[in-house]
Amino acid sequence: MTPLTAYLLLAAMIFALGLGIALTRRVAILVLIGIELMLNAANLNLIAFWRFGPHPEALTGMMFAIFSIAVAAAEAAVGLGLVIAYHRHARTTDLDAMTRMKG
Amino acid sequence: MIHGVGLPFFLASMITLIGALAAATMRNLVHCALSLTVAFGGLALIYLQLDAQFAGFAQILVYIGAVAILVVFAILLTRGVGTTLIHVYAQKWILGLLLAAGVFALLGWAVLTSIPRVAAPEIAVPTVLTIGQSLMHDYVLPLEITAVLLTVALIGAVIVAMPEFKKNGGAE
Repeated sequence: MTPLTAYLLLAAMIFALGLGIALTRRVAILVLIGIELMLNAANLNLIAFWRFGPHPEALTGMMFAIFSIAVAAAEAAVGLGLVIAYHRHARTTDLDAMTRMKG
Repeated sequence: MIHGVGLPFFLASMITLIGALAAATMRNLVHCALSLTVAFGGLALIYLQLDAQFAGFAQILVYIGAVAILVVFAILLTRGVGTTLIHVYAQKWILGLLLAAGVFALLGWAVLTSIPRVAAPEIAVPTVLTIGQSLMHDYVLPLEITAVLLTVALIGAVIVAMPEFKKNGGAE
């Protein structure tokens, strides 16, 4: 097994775990946690391909990963703000009880 | 830096996977958030092994320092400490589990059948100086757009989470 294969398999495992959390858990915050894990798996892929690619001195993949980390932070802030707003409105964060968007 | 599949890689990947698995299975929400922090730390270790020091420390600073704390704050604001859930999983959880396993099988098959044998080219580890120079030369437009996006997203998050005000100015 080459090192790149090992890193990509690890990223696939983290992505599958994040997808499993997002699809099976009932609480909205945990679904956001699953989405964060999937984003992290994508970042790991970017950095692994940057390091094992033909031109690592160009820094392209690592820059992409750094911007992706910044965007993920913004996404987490907006997502948790939405969860808090919904909780104030409906007193629940249970996804199975979130059946309507209208106020 | 060692780029083989050695003991450091296995340790870091075990830390990451155990943290993610604990976040997937634990019943207490705060415990889930804390094990998520462990998973983020393991990923930072892997970034450090891949010569991406700046990305590793950004991962520690942003994910462990900000996102995990934000998740804990959201849990405390919406539920309170120590509540254990009765219904942890969604009604059709087996469907989600099958879908996740299918995605993992597909990704693993694609990785194992298509990756050519490559060795990591020797490079000088990128320093903060080179990263800063390329941020200011090649990537200055994405940097500015990210700055605008962060400002807009944080103001939007505050407005979304703020209590609604009625027309006559009183709080709800």
